[in-house]
Amino acid sequence: MTTTGKGPAGPGGGSTAPADLPVDGASEAAGSTALHDGPPPGERTDGDTRVPTAVGPTVVDPVAPARGPEERLSSGPVMLGPIRRRVSLTLDGREVRVPEGATILDALHDEGTPEQADTPTICWAPNMDPINACRVCVVEVEGSRALVPSCARQCEDGMAVRTDTEKVKHSRRMVLELLASSVDMDRASADVQRWMDEYGVDAQRYGPPAPPAAAGERDRRHAGHHHAPDGATAATVHQPVKVDNDLYVRDYSRCVLCYKCVNACGSDAQFTFAITAAGRGFDARIATEYDNPLPESACVYCGNCIGVCPTGALISRREYELREAGDWHPEEQTVSTTVCSFCGVGCNLELHVQQNEIVNVTSPADHSVTHGHLCIKGRFGFQHVQNL
Amino acid sequence: MFGAGGGTSAYVEAEHADLLVLWGSNARETHPIFFHHVLQGLRNGARMYSVDPRHTSTARWADAWLGLDVGTDIALANAIGREIIHAGLVNRAFVERATTGFDDYAATVEPYTLERAEEITGVPAATIRELAHAYARADRAQICWTLGITEHHNAADYVFALINLALLTGHVGRYGSGLVPLRGQNNVQGGGDMGAIPAKLPGGYDVGDEEARARYAAVWGSDDYPREPGMHLSQMFEAMERGEMRALYCIGENPAESEANAAHARHLLEGLDTLIVQDIFRTATAELADVVFPATADWCEYEGTVTNSERRVQRVRKAIEPPGQARPDTHIICALATRLGHDWGEPTAEEVWDELRSVSLNWHAGMSYARLDALGGIQWPCPSEDHPGTPLMHARLWADDPAERGRPAPFTPVEHVAPVDALDDEFPIRLTTVRLLDAYNSGVQSGGYSSPLRVPESLRIDAGDAARLGIANGERVRVVSRRGAVEAPVGIDPSLRPGLASFTPHFTEEVDVNVLTNDAWDPKSGTSEFKATAIRVEKLAPVSSPMPSPMPVAGA
Repeated sequence: MTTTGKGPAGPGGGSTAPADLPVDGASEAAGSTALHDGPPPGERTDGDTRVPTAVGPTVVDPVAPARGPEERLSSGPVMLGPIRRRVSLTLDGREVRVPEGATILDALHDEGTPEQADTPTICWAPNMDPINACRVCVVEVEGSRALVPSCARQCEDGMAVRTDTEKVKHSRRMVLELLASSVDMDRASADVQRWMDEYGVDAQRYGPPAPPAAAGERDRRHAGHHHAPDGATAATVHQPVKVDNDLYVRDYSRCVLCYKCVNACGSDAQFTFAITAAGRGFDARIATEYDNPLPESACVYCGNCIGVCPTGALISRREYELREAGDWHPEEQTVSTTVCSFCGVGCNLELHVQQNEIVNVTSPADHSVTHGHLCIKGRFGFQHVQNL
Repeated sequence: MFGAGGGTSAYVEAEHADLLVLWGSNARETHPIFFHHVLQGLRNGARMYSVDPRHTSTARWADAWLGLDVGTDIALANAIGREIIHAGLVNRAFVERATTGFDDYAATVEPYTLERAEEITGVPAATIRELAHAYARADRAQICWTLGITEHHNAADYVFALINLALLTGHVGRYGSGLVPLRGQNNVQGGGDMGAIPAKLPGGYDVGDEEARARYAAVWGSDDYPREPGMHLSQMFEAMERGEMRALYCIGENPAESEANAAHARHLLEGLDTLIVQDIFRTATAELADVVFPATADWCEYEGTVTNSERRVQRVRKAIEPPGQARPDTHIICALATRLGHDWGEPTAEEVWDELRSVSLNWHAGMSYARLDALGGIQWPCPSEDHPGTPLMHARLWADDPAERGRPAPFTPVEHVAPVDALDDEFPIRLTTVRLLDAYNSGVQSGGYSSPLRVPESLRIDAGDAARLGIANGERVRVVSRRGAVEAPVGIDPSLRPGLASFTPHFTEEVDVNVLTNDAWDPKSGTSEFKATAIRVEKLAPVSSPMPSPMPVAGA
């Protein structure tokens, strides 16, 4: 999947042209063997049929004269996405071809070996533009002085990418280790936990964690006023949970500053811009304007920040309460996909149910209606069907 | 559109349009996830115009806001049409090849000069001209609308006025160009598609379509149902008033609160011989019923499909067990049929759906449950299982071959008619109903959760009007229309203009707004004129508790 635009991210969007209808650049669809023949890299204009726009055939019309399948085929779908050139690069020495504009991470996901496809990510999400903050997905690119974030760097013709070098592995371990030493990672996604394991993260070697800050103390720190720690303890971002409304809580002891919440609240989806990063360096934190409590901020409680948070820093109030009470049992939960009961947009909802109670609502990131994002009614407006 | 009751475009097209006109739609709050697509369109460089009496949170994203007076949209649209014609910006090739009735349309809009439109609508002539030129010159332009267009006594004419503009400029049937009615409920589109409108059979066939009826008879085992359209909701209430309708079986609707002129509606419901209510809640209507069938919330307690505003049919699935004796709607209906002497058994949702597919050959035949699962929903028409569905409709209008082009799309000239509930010295303020981000319709669903955005219901008015009436923010007042009166606190709202006030329909327990609204309805669609009520605001005895701050506005 290329990352330009916000079109449907694959078959879940349900609008890509079928292979059996004539499409522009159809020769590409004939099979992957064709990829290795033909003119040298850069001179082919064979199309990527996975256009980023929902364009299917446009030929059926309820009041048009009835036509059989043969006639439908003759007019074909209207192909309006750009036809993409393909570029060649090597992944650990193996040549692959990807659509122009694809990132190195796209190439690793789509064309890589299982190990290459398992590149660790924290700040990246399939339904968001690359943020390029966490640096855990770095790779080596031949000729590049520094390591390169694979989530954000676009593939170029002739690029030689290495994912298996000591430098890459060491750097990824350091990123995960520094995060784990300063941030409470025990509710990070299962993948993140696994990567920490596989890369041999040892957060203890930075010393015992420093005691948590008092409520609001980190919010009051000013840039340049940070004093270097004495090394006896590991500096942390630990602080009390912010609980200021009935819908979701902010547990910034778990925040790795991946910026996903900021971008989901901003130009990736919601355009409310209620939160951003305040402060500098180790004192940086996600904040509302003037650190106001959420009910006095611009927040509209769409919860799209919760939906993208990779570490459990942002969770629904209900999940928080159940966890506090020791009643949170993910292994007992079921997830059912349905459609929101409110307005006519038809957003897909994933209802997370524990003991016949809806405890969370999410939306699939690869659906063309929502791209994984919801509004306050869809995410929180289900109490009317709770049978408690 | 043009014979098919559905929007022309997929949501994603808004991301690639050059111009978006949100007309009578505060999508930022009422269709927030559609508006995400609009916002990506703006991010990609699209321009946006908002046509709305209020300066809504949607209008704040617009390049220009056309703040027209309530009920003057047709005058505005006709003036835009006239300006496009006079500026030579008509898409001649499209009009000549794919439409009929242009000359009549041109003659009808001729009197709607920019100056006259400014007089009627209150929108500056220069701004009307700007929108006309921007819309006609854009490569890809969409008009999106909601209840601001459809809750009027001549609502269908409002829609025709907008369709005419798309025909004039060829902004239909091409990717990124289209007409996008945003549906207010998650299955308004699907309900209509399934024949829950008076003149249609499931699948969009007319009730008088003999070919379709023969097919249905083969499946249903009966052709014994009317060939003439039945009554829509507003006609039903009139039939109740005349004593011709004596029994009502009401499924998932709360007319005792949601109907315009609610006190009158309630009186009629009370006068019925039999009122059966089937609902997931004990609604105000259920309180009046002789029999109540408790139903499951089918979107999470049973199975089925719903159809959204881009004609996408999607599955709903059971996630939780229903409470008590609640049963799925289809099971209740089938059990009732069985008791009435027709054993319909207890079909599964998929069996019901497959029966529909066997008769809805154009729209739904290709939509098996398996395909709906695999593709994340399918947009009709989908006539066969090898058909991918139809994100964009009416591309045929652009075909070179006249046979392929098919029936041309007709212009439907329409005239401006003022709202029925006229303003005068006794009722000088225009009341309109509006919706909020965190609430929904009569509030039975959205009342259940604790929204931090919620504020007490109030009559929102312009600061200047409040000052003229000597009313402080938060002061309780009496609001009087020609049909009834309610008491409510006043909230100063900067989105309103002088002479315009608003209530929401969400909090009927606080303010029973539909006691005020007008039940004059549109003969073509049956929709009541919720959007235009004439009121006056009366001061009460001077006991007030001023609110601490101005009204917060959600969705900014």
